[in-house]
Amino acid sequence: MADPTNAPTLLQAREDLKNKKYSALELTESCLRRMDAVEDRVQAYLHISREQAIEQAKAADERIARGDDAPLLGVPLAIKDNICTQGLPSTCASKILGQFKSPYNATSVDRALKAGAVILGKTNLDEFAMGSTTENSGIHPTRNPWDLERVPGGSSGGSAAAVAAKECVAALGSDTGGSIRQPASFCGVTGLKPTYGRVSRFGLVAFASSLDQIGPMTQTVDDAAVLMNVIGGKDPLDSTSADVPMPDFTQALNRNVKGMKVGIPREYFTEGIDPEVETAVQNAIKTLQSLGMETVEVSLPHTKYAVATYYILACAEASANLSRYDGVKYGHRTEHAGNLMEMYENSREEGFGEEVKRRIILGTFVLSSGYYDAYYLKGQKARTLIKRDFEEAFKQCDVLAGPNCPLPAFKLNEKLDDPMQMYLADIYTISMNLAGIPAMSVPCGQTQGKLPVGLQLMAPHFQEETLFTVGKQFQLATDFHKQFPTL
Amino acid sequence: MKYETVIGLEVHCQLKTKTKIFCSCSTEFGKNPNENTCPICLGMPGVLPVLNRQVVNFAVRAGLATHCRIEPMNQFARKNYFYPDLPKGYQVSQFDHPLATGGYVNILIDGEKKKINLTRIHMEEDAGKLVHGENMGNPESSYVDFNRTGVPLIEIVSEPDLRSSEEARAYMVELKSILEYADVSDCNMEQGSLRCDANVSLRPFGQEEFGTRTELKNINSFKFVQKAIDYEVERQTSLLEQGDKVILETRLYDSNRGVTYSMRSKEEAHDYRYFPEPDLVPIVLDEACVEEIAKTLPELPEPKRERFTAEYGIPAYDAQVLTATRPLADFYEETVKLHNHPKAVSNWMMGDLLRELKNDDQEIQDCKLTPQRLAGMLDLIEAGTINGKIAKTVFEEMYNTGAEPETVVKEKGLGQIADEASIEKLVDQILEDNPQQTADYRNGKEKLMGYFVGQLMKASKGQANPALANKLLKQKLGSGS
Repeated sequence: MADPTNAPTLLQAREDLKNKKYSALELTESCLRRMDAVEDRVQAYLHISREQAIEQAKAADERIARGDDAPLLGVPLAIKDNICTQGLPSTCASKILGQFKSPYNATSVDRALKAGAVILGKTNLDEFAMGSTTENSGIHPTRNPWDLERVPGGSSGGSAAAVAAKECVAALGSDTGGSIRQPASFCGVTGLKPTYGRVSRFGLVAFASSLDQIGPMTQTVDDAAVLMNVIGGKDPLDSTSADVPMPDFTQALNRNVKGMKVGIPREYFTEGIDPEVETAVQNAIKTLQSLGMETVEVSLPHTKYAVATYYILACAEASANLSRYDGVKYGHRTEHAGNLMEMYENSREEGFGEEVKRRIILGTFVLSSGYYDAYYLKGQKARTLIKRDFEEAFKQCDVLAGPNCPLPAFKLNEKLDDPMQMYLADIYTISMNLAGIPAMSVPCGQTQGKLPVGLQLMAPHFQEETLFTVGKQFQLATDFHKQFPTL
Repeated sequence: MKYETVIGLEVHCQLKTKTKIFCSCSTEFGKNPNENTCPICLGMPGVLPVLNRQVVNFAVRAGLATHCRIEPMNQFARKNYFYPDLPKGYQVSQFDHPLATGGYVNILIDGEKKKINLTRIHMEEDAGKLVHGENMGNPESSYVDFNRTGVPLIEIVSEPDLRSSEEARAYMVELKSILEYADVSDCNMEQGSLRCDANVSLRPFGQEEFGTRTELKNINSFKFVQKAIDYEVERQTSLLEQGDKVILETRLYDSNRGVTYSMRSKEEAHDYRYFPEPDLVPIVLDEACVEEIAKTLPELPEPKRERFTAEYGIPAYDAQVLTATRPLADFYEETVKLHNHPKAVSNWMMGDLLRELKNDDQEIQDCKLTPQRLAGMLDLIEAGTINGKIAKTVFEEMYNTGAEPETVVKEKGLGQIADEASIEKLVDQILEDNPQQTADYRNGKEKLMGYFVGQLMKASKGQANPALANKLLKQKLGSGS
C-alpha cells in the first residue's frame, strides 16, 4: 500500500481508500506525521486528538472492509474550536473556557462522524471568532503557511492554515463576517459560507446568532460540495435552520456556466483595495468571461454602512451570548473574589481577551436603554437595506464576483493595535452575513510576494449550487487551488 | 389626608407542560437538585432553544380565558441580567411583541362586579433556585439547582385598577380559578406555580396622577398578597403623613416578620437591554389557529356563576363558592341532576363537605364522596328514612369510608322508626316514667309537649319519625286515663 505523504483532496482520499491504495489509519497517521513536522511553525491546532483519531480511523477501516461507502469514511478533518466535539476540548481559544469539554457533539460534527469522518483535532481561532487574524486567540497565534511572518486571516485561521499546510484533508470553519472566506483567501484554500439556515448552528458556540454559519474549508470546490452534502440540511435542534430541499451539491459541479451573468459590484473596486489584489480579481473575472459568462456592473449602494451595521448588531448579540461565561458553571472562575459581583467581574476580566471585552462593551452600550433606537434599531433597518441591495443586484445577474479582502495577508502584529482599520478590512465579506446569502472564496492568484488572493463569489439565498458550478468551472480553468506552500 | 391605594399585579403562572419550554427535560417538581437538566437548559456553550408548542397553546388558552386579544405576531426577546440561577445570563421572555394584550378579569367585591383590566400576557422561561449552604454542604457556599430553569411561565400584568388589598386578593383568587378552569396550570401556590409581584402606590383621593410606587416581590399566597399590601399601604401612609416621600424601589415581602424591606432602589435598577431573541423564529398565530384553541375552552367561572344563579335559583354567594374550582362545580351539577333540590345540595356542599375537605386539606376530586352518594343520602332524607340530624352521621361515614348511604343506614341501624306499634310502646313507657309531667300536661300545661318529644327522641336514639311521634304523644296525653 502506498503511503499518503501529502494530504490528498477529499475526493482523492475517498477514491484511494475505496481502491485500498492506503488505509484510513495510514491516511490519519500521515496527517499526524505532517503535524509533527510543521505544527511547531504553523500552530494551526489548539488540541490534537491523536488517540481518538487513530481509533476513529481503525473503525473507518472496518466499515470500509464491510463495503461501507459513506461520503466521509476515513477522511481526516480538522474542526474549528468553537464547534463542539464531545470528549475533546471546545474552548473557542478563550481562557474563560479553560479546558472545557463539551458534553455533546455539534450537529455538523455529529453528521460528519456518522458519515465516517476522523477528527484530527480542534483548530485555532480568534477568541470566540472575534477577529480577522487569529492573533486574538487567547492561547497562541497561528502563522500563515505561505509566509510564517504573516497571519493566516481569521477567525478560522487555524482551519485555513491546517488545510493549506496539508495538516488535514479538509476542515470546518465558521463565518460571522468573513471568518471562513477571508482566511481561505489569505491561505489559498477554498472556503464556503453557506446561506444562513443551511447548516445547523447547534453546537456552534454563538458569537452573533443571526450571522453565524458553519461551512467547509477545503482544497477544492469538489471537496466543499461533498462536505456540504453531509453537514447541510434542516436540524430539529436549530429553529433557525431552514426547511428547504437539500440538493446533491456534487451534481452542480459540472454544469455549464456559458451564458450565466456575473455581476461586478462597483463598490468593491474603490480606493483602498491593494493593486495586486485588484489585478488578481480582475484577471479571475476575465477567466469567467473566457468561460462564456457575461459580466454586468451592478451596485450595492449601502455597502458603506455595512461595517457600522455589522459591528452594532454582531456586538449586541455577542454581549448577550457571552454572558453565560460567568464563572458559575464551567470554565474559569477567579480566585480573587470576596462576593458575587467580584466573582463575575474578576472571572470575566481574567478570562476574556481585549477584543472580546471591546465587543461586549460595545454591544452592551448599543442595547442600553436610551441608545437602543439610535443603534440597534437603526442597525436592523440598515441591514434590511443591505439585503435589498443584493435582491436588486440579483435581478440583473446569477452570481456576483469580487475580492474577499482589500489586502493580502497582513504581517503579524501589523493591525493588532488598530481595531478600526481591522474592522474596515471586513468591508467585502460582512454584507453577505447581514444579507444571509451564501458566498465562496476560491484561490485566484498570488501577489509578487507569493501571497494567495481569493475571488469571492456570491449567490442568492439557498443557491449554493450556483457557487459550486461557477467555482468548479473556475478551478477547471485555473490551477491556483493546486498550489501549496513549501514548509 | 385620606389616601387612595392603587395596585397593579404581575402574576407569574407555571404552565402545566410535561417538558420545559426550550428542551425536553421534565418539569416534575421535587426531583433531586439538577436532575431535570440537560446542556440546553444549563446554557452550555453552543446550545440552542427549540420552542415547546404546547407552551404557546396553553398561553393562548390563558389569553382567551381572560378576554385578551391574541397577537398574530409573537416574538421572544432576551432579558439580560447576571444572577447565578440564570445560566445563560439572560432570560428568554417577550418584550415588544407579547402573546396577548387587552383583556380583563371581573371580580366580585361586596357582591358588586368590578372589571380589572389586563395590560398583557407574555411567555417566558423560569430561572433556577439558589440554595444557601446553611442546610447542606459548606455553609460558606451557595449552590444552584437548575431543575426549575426553563420551566414555562406566563406573566399576567394587570393595569393599576385594584384599589385595596381585598381587591388584590379577590383578583388573585379569580385569576387562579380562571387558570385552573382553562386547564393551563395546576396553580399550586406552595410549589410556586402561581406567585405575584405587586406594584403599590398611594394618592390623595380625587387626584388623577399616580403616586410613586414600590414593587413588592415574590408573594406566593392569597394571605400574603393581602398582608404584604396592607403593610406597604400602612408604611407609605405614615411616610406621606410625616411629609416624607415614597421612594421608587423594589421591596421584598418577608412572610415570617410580616414586613416588606428594600431590595434595590431605582438607581440600582436593572437595564435589561431587551432585544429580539435571534435563536428563535417569530411565531405567527393566525385567526384559524386561535379559533381552534378557543373551541376547546370550557365554560369559565364567571359565566358558570351566572348560569348557576339563573338555572338553579341559588344565591350569588352560593354560586361563587360552588364554582371556585371546576371539579367542585361539576360535583354540584351532577348531584343536582340526581337530586333536584339545588339549594339543599348547595347547603350540604358548602357546609359539611367543604368543611371536611378543608379539615383534611383535600381536593374534592380526591375525596371518597361521590355525587351519587350525596344525592342518595338526600333522597333518604326526602323519603323520611332518615332525618337531618341522622344524615350528619351518614354523611360523615360516607365521607370517611366511601360507603353507600343505604348501607350506612342499614348497618348502623339509623333508619327512622315509622311503625306505630313500636313508637306507641315507647310513648307508653315515657308516660309511665313521668307521672308528674303527664299530670301537669293534662292539667293544661301544654308547653310540656316539647319535653315529651325530647324524651321520645332520646329513647328512640333520634330515629322516631317526628310526625308519627307527635301524633301518638298527643293522642296518648290527650286521652287521659
